[in-house]
Amino acid sequence: MRDVAVVGFAQRQLQDYDGSPQCAEMLVPLFADCYEQTGWTKKDIGFWCSGSSDYLAGRSFSFVSAIDAIGVLPPVNESHVEMDAAWALYEAWLKIQTGEVDTALVFGFGKASAGVLRRTLALQLDPYTMTPLWPDTVSIAALQARLGLDAGLWDEAAMAEVVNRSLTDAEKNEFAVRSGGSSVEELLKRPMFADPLRKHDAAPVTDGAAAIVLAAGDRAREVRDRPAWITGLSHFTDGLHLGTRDLTRSASAGRAGAAAGASAGGLTDVEVAELHAPFSHQELILRAELGLGTDARINPSGGALGGNPMFTGGGIRIGEAARRIWDGSADKTLGHATSGPALQQNLVCVMSSEGASN
Amino acid sequence: MSRTLSAPVTVAFDYTRSVGPVLGRFLTGLRDATFVGARTSDGRVVVPPPEFDPVSHRPTTDFVDLPDTGTVSSWTWVSEPVAGQPFDRPFAFALVTLDGADAPILHAVDVSAPDQITTGMRVRARWAAERTGLITDVVFEPADAAGTAAGTDAEPGAAAASSADPVSGIVTPVSLDYTYAASPEESAFFRGLAQGRIVGQRCPSCQKVYVPPRPACPTDGVPTVEEVELSDTGTVTTFCIVNVPFMGQKIKPPYVSAYILLDGADIALQHLILDIPVDEVRMGLRVKAAWKPREEWGTTIENISHFAPTGDPDADYDTYKHHL
Ligand SMILES: [Zn+2]
Repeated sequence: MRDVAVVGFAQRQLQDYDGSPQCAEMLVPLFADCYEQTGWTKKDIGFWCSGSSDYLAGRSFSFVSAIDAIGVLPPVNESHVEMDAAWALYEAWLKIQTGEVDTALVFGFGKASAGVLRRTLALQLDPYTMTPLWPDTVSIAALQARLGLDAGLWDEAAMAEVVNRSLTDAEKNEFAVRSGGSSVEELLKRPMFADPLRKHDAAPVTDGAAAIVLAAGDRAREVRDRPAWITGLSHFTDGLHLGTRDLTRSASAGRAGAAAGASAGGLTDVEVAELHAPFSHQELILRAELGLGTDARINPSGGALGGNPMFTGGGIRIGEAARRIWDGSADKTLGHATSGPALQQNLVCVMSSEGASN
Repeated sequence: MSRTLSAPVTVAFDYTRSVGPVLGRFLTGLRDATFVGARTSDGRVVVPPPEFDPVSHRPTTDFVDLPDTGTVSSWTWVSEPVAGQPFDRPFAFALVTLDGADAPILHAVDVSAPDQITTGMRVRARWAAERTGLITDVVFEPADAAGTAAGTDAEPGAAAASSADPVSGIVTPVSLDYTYAASPEESAFFRGLAQGRIVGQRCPSCQKVYVPPRPACPTDGVPTVEEVELSDTGTVTTFCIVNVPFMGQKIKPPYVSAYILLDGADIALQHLILDIPVDEVRMGLRVKAAWKPREEWGTTIENISHFAPTGDPDADYDTYKHHL
């Protein structure tokens, strides 16, 4: 395996982006930011990979227009996934592992505000027995939350604590769309939206984009004193049918964590974990599945409850986790991304200040 | 004024699929007012039946007819329903475990307030009077409400449709509403058209003029910033004769769709060529915009009805060969 590190990260998150769904204009300054962080130009990037969704944009091949932001003439080495940018990062990491390229720039973008997000996402479901009912994302998450409440695995106060901590931390995040902690008591007084979920239990509808730079070996060392070396990267998927899964768990998240380097007790030595939990109770599920230590700092960025640009929210978690290594505040961090209904698909990226060959 | 122009747009299509032996059996059951589940290799009875066993990965073959009564194993209150859901008023989504099943099915329960549903509550199916073999042929209601609502009189397993062919396909209508926004550069183009102007933008790096303008130059990856007013006269660089009729077509075939390189632009614009027999359209033909009457103008390329020959001599090939 080659040593590959995250060495660049730029993001933009907004409540409502006044611009076109291919977001090319939003991406241009993010790429410029990545060039400034690395000292590179377009010619230094060996591979480009993006994550986005045409259903979100309401137009076909929306990523083709977006890649104007790269400057794709003459043609560049480029690919796209109809997934969160975190999966684009996985493809780019794999591309570097093949030895074909040494560097990659990964990006994601999405304008969730163009449609009715919780409805658009019903198209991720089984088109025969689920989509015709248009079960919205929030309702499905609420069914999951109640299963855990009824089973005594968590309570409403634990969910409110996640919200309170996230929104308090989001106050320090200039990109947060929603912030401002309160108290568990005050949060629990607010009305139900999708019983047992209150509006603050769900991530806000967010537009945005992000870009992440990966580099192998010496190419990474030339950019950062402390590159965020990827020591484990894995993703797994649970079945399509909600009824055949134990929704109080996320088996695929557990398997991804194990494959990304967990010891028998879990990922107990991770100091900072950025978990992509678009609903408060999902953070509780993920913490347990990944076996994070009780002293692990969860989502210091505020997490997805502070802003969750679709097809970028997971990528941002990896970027935020990498930043903690660059600035020396942690030696081992974790970025997690989810996709699909009720934590169906999960990706775990473990990063360390030490590369294997250091 | 907003920075960008936007308009509502609806993306709609019918998701039309054949369903195969497993889902076909389940959907045929719905049409006949019966839930068909299947036994999986771990011994569970699951409904809807998975096409392949989640553990052994073998095709599902062991089917089980289930009663249409069950228990709520989780629920949520849909306080603000969205289009397409089983009810257009608040209702409950629930996971319902049918009697005899080991895994729940997701569906809607018809109750009028969240205090009318609880985990563990007994429910039963309410079948639609007209059933076609879709998951929407049924909803659930509290078991004690059975018989009081319309459409509950279908006998489970009624043989009414048993002589009919099994359900072999479904049509799921999909319709999504968006507010579609143009980029700021495209917005400038459309606002220009509303004034009878054709506006392009120049890349500050390579100096190429794009029309319609793009948010970024595809060669340099920088925003095109300098606005350039273009002539409404140009040269046909390539074209095709449309002979095929299709849904939504506005002009009777045959007609010509062409790339027109406006004077001063570096990228061609696609539009119609009319006022000339189709077999006389050629590369190099000089054409000019035929604008609709001013009172019909909006922020749209349709302000230009079509392009028509100017009568000038054809452009020399060398003047446009770099833009092919
Ligand atoms: Zn240029």
